Amino acid sequence: MSAVIDILREAETVLPDDVTKALKKAASEESSPVAGEQLAAILKNIEVASGKKVPMCQDTGILIFFVEIGRDLELDFRLEDAIIEGVKKATQSIPLRPNAVDPINRNNSGNNTGNGIPDIKYEFVEGNSLKITVAPKGAGSENMSAIKMFNPTEKDSIRNFVLETVLNAGGKPCPPVIVGVGIGGSFDKAARLAKSALLKKTDDMDDEEKNLLKEINDLGIGPMGLGGNTTALAVHIKKAHCHTASLPVAVNIQCWANRHASVVLGGDA
Amino acid sequence: MEYRLNTPLKKEDVINLKAGDIVYLSGRIFTARDEAHARILEMAKENKELPFELEGSVIYHCGPLMKEKENGWDVIAAGPTTSTRMSKMTPELLKIHAVRAFVGKGGMDNVADSMNEKAVYLAFTGGCAALAAISIEKVNAVHWIDLGMPEAVWELEVENFGPLVVGIDSHGSDLFTDVRNKAMETYSKIE
Repeated sequence: MSAVIDILREAETVLPDDVTKALKKAASEESSPVAGEQLAAILKNIEVASGKKVPMCQDTGILIFFVEIGRDLELDFRLEDAIIEGVKKATQSIPLRPNAVDPINRNNSGNNTGNGIPDIKYEFVEGNSLKITVAPKGAGSENMSAIKMFNPTEKDSIRNFVLETVLNAGGKPCPPVIVGVGIGGSFDKAARLAKSALLKKTDDMDDEEKNLLKEINDLGIGPMGLGGNTTALAVHIKKAHCHTASLPVAVNIQCWANRHASVVLGGDA
Repeated sequence: MEYRLNTPLKKEDVINLKAGDIVYLSGRIFTARDEAHARILEMAKENKELPFELEGSVIYHCGPLMKEKENGWDVIAAGPTTSTRMSKMTPELLKIHAVRAFVGKGGMDNVADSMNEKAVYLAFTGGCAALAAISIEKVNAVHWIDLGMPEAVWELEVENFGPLVVGIDSHGSDLFTDVRNKAMETYSKIE
């Protein structure tokens, strides 16, 4: 449970190095003064947050956990309970903003837990260790995400769908954004692919991703939608086989604060 | 141009501002987002008096992260939220209350007419919550905490809060719409 609190604190207060590096590079390449000022504020904010050990954004997100369980691992405690307890304690101690509400009556649970929340995704991997990653997801960017079920012959429209999603989002998801794209699978699997794509290293992009990134940045939406060269820092695409009759595509938009942190427990090492 | 303004704001203060100008605010500001906007409008319908004064006020689209202490609250992080969620309620709000400025992020839709000659929209860099917290001197009061921490109305005392970019001025100029129109044009030329 204390490991859960530790990674939550790290994720909320310290941006991963690769993201900060991409933001610094963008700041050095921006020609518009307004855009430059937005990026300078972001970089200063990152410094203040890590220096004072406070969350970098007041939207400390809905908490999403990715758990990788080694096939040879034996657990002598209830993992889900430990994560939930860790979230409740972290909400008090870091602190985190209580964001979890009932979807209809909007009553706030006060501790970031509730029906189905935190969202925990489990995956079996080789080995005998346990890896827990937390990715707090803010609503500003999540609300701008989109999913579409294409016809199998419409693969050329995927690029337009991604560009239109970014275009419609404008300044609302706190650009420069990171764009996660899930192609294939099923309705829900495409969304999960898109979300997990956001965990990739910022500069880990192939040519297809780099081309799409260039087209996005050519739109000129810029930091915070105020114009500029940097609308996105990265595009990450993940694919899966899908039904012969379908082509699901999900676009998950992530704000510049691409927060995540991991811990590995147990294992041989 | 760069301006340093004190709240409550006068009509002249905001009419002088042009889209693209930079503003730093000092004085009292109120946070309000979805639920607080809805309640303000609901109370007006019922002819009920608000527990706070919006004449000349600045509304900050923000759901802060606060920590309760013995005799009050500490601000931990308080950056702007997405303003467009409040777009539909804003023209009606401006008919009832003389709010002079809204601070948020991402711009607003179809509000320029309702702000004509009386109010402006100021953009603060989204996600910069730790930075914003530095300029908040103290929490004067909290209203409607029953709405939950993010949705309550927090009365904050700020000092040189900014830089804020005038995103929508009181003469119909809207930076966000300009950028968006250009982006749409670029997109339409692709292929």
